[in-house]
Amino acid sequence: MKIENVVEDVAFRLLQLAVVELPKDVKDALKQAYQKEESEAGKTQLEAILKNIELAEKTSTPVCQDTGVIIFYVKAGAEVKGLDKIEPALRKATVRATKEVPLRPNAVDPFTQKNSGDNTGNYIPFVNWEIVPGSAIEITVMPKGGGSENVCALGMIPPGEGIRGLKKFVVDAIVKAGAQPCPPNILGVAAGGGADIAMKLAKAALLRPLNKPNANPELARLEKELLEATNMTGIGPMGLGGRFTVLGVNVDYAFRHPASYPVAVAFQCWAARRATARIHSDGRVEYLTHKGVK
Amino acid sequence: MATYKLKTPISEADVRKLKVNDVIYISGIIFTARDQAHRRALELHKEGEKPPIDMTGLVVFHCGPIVKKEDDKWIVVAAGPTTSTRMDLFEDEFIKNFKVRVVIGKGGMGKKTTDAMKQYGAVYGAFTGGAAVLAAKTVKNVKSVEWFDLGMPEALWILEVEDFGPLTVAIDAHGNNLFEDVQKKVEMNKGKIYQKLGV
Repeated sequence: MKIENVVEDVAFRLLQLAVVELPKDVKDALKQAYQKEESEAGKTQLEAILKNIELAEKTSTPVCQDTGVIIFYVKAGAEVKGLDKIEPALRKATVRATKEVPLRPNAVDPFTQKNSGDNTGNYIPFVNWEIVPGSAIEITVMPKGGGSENVCALGMIPPGEGIRGLKKFVVDAIVKAGAQPCPPNILGVAAGGGADIAMKLAKAALLRPLNKPNANPELARLEKELLEATNMTGIGPMGLGGRFTVLGVNVDYAFRHPASYPVAVAFQCWAARRATARIHSDGRVEYLTHKGVK
Repeated sequence: MATYKLKTPISEADVRKLKVNDVIYISGIIFTARDQAHRRALELHKEGEKPPIDMTGLVVFHCGPIVKKEDDKWIVVAAGPTTSTRMDLFEDEFIKNFKVRVVIGKGGMGKKTTDAMKQYGAVYGAFTGGAAVLAAKTVKNVKSVEWFDLGMPEALWILEVEDFGPLTVAIDAHGNNLFEDVQKKVEMNKGKIYQKLGV
């Protein structure tokens, strides 16, 4: 097998799966929200969301017209030969998916305002690399919508305020975002590292399933506290008022400089699209987020 | 809360009777316009020229759809609303100059737009963000596409729709704004949250 062909095919399939069918944990959380939502306007919104999810699956259509900027996360086994061929294959898959799924062309030159038409451009699709032991390649795609991206927030808070400052920053970010990021949202929150590192960790934290608690019990407690706090805002589904503003909060961190306390909040809309597959060295492909896919 | 079915061209009297929280469905002609299309339409108007369609009584939809061509015919695949606040920059002038009666989008709009809706007679219909397949299902025909040079999401797509909705009237032609009401409550709740978190 040629690594570039396998990667291209798998990445194409992942893009298609991601934009059409939301992961089960997200669907379950939305269903639960619909059952428990008390605001009438909020319930109407959740009902439309669930209907839309069902219709998208039935007709193999992207669940939202904003199929996002395409972001890949690659965990490459150190023993894999031909790692340099992966990125071009991911680009090819993106171009193909844009035409065939189809995806909305969302890559625009910030200086000429020209849309490339195929979802590729300088640094786009963006690929996050991680080298891991072994001989498998794990590819995750996150098509990231613009509405939720526009309210992502980065704060360089005074280290003296510490975790209290972090909590306040998260609450302020969600209040400021209001209806814009298509709530109910998932929040990725990260502290430390540096400005870029915090935001990168916050965004990657969005990939953790909603039913998987943080491995660190203290952070798991913080996640629960932030979830309850952000849902007290009353913003509600699509900002029309209600109990469900946030479906889950995922926290990650890096150690920080003594003088800095970066806090990043990455917003994900209810259409929390992600898909992951593992390519084994014998060519076998396992789809991890979408069970039953061959 | 009442439910209304509206047909384009929509008159000023039609929208004046609507109140926030009402639900509306629209049949007839709606056209998509985002940041770039709003800007271009207003620039043309300033130069004394006309945009490619007469927008009087029509519906502007904040949306960048996914559209595909099959046998030389455009088909709307997915068409949910985009965040409307970006169009606050243009919408008051847009309503004043082009006499659109309904603005569809998500997330609501600000005071300038609310004032223009009150003054000239227009409403804002909130459609569920991301509910792109539900929206596309109501599109019966793509009448034409203008300004395709702006790219697929930003072009002006002129669509024939049937019972497009449900749209919640979130800004009416009397100065009421549902999103602002929620935002005020949220600001009040913020103090309680700070207290609970001890911040």
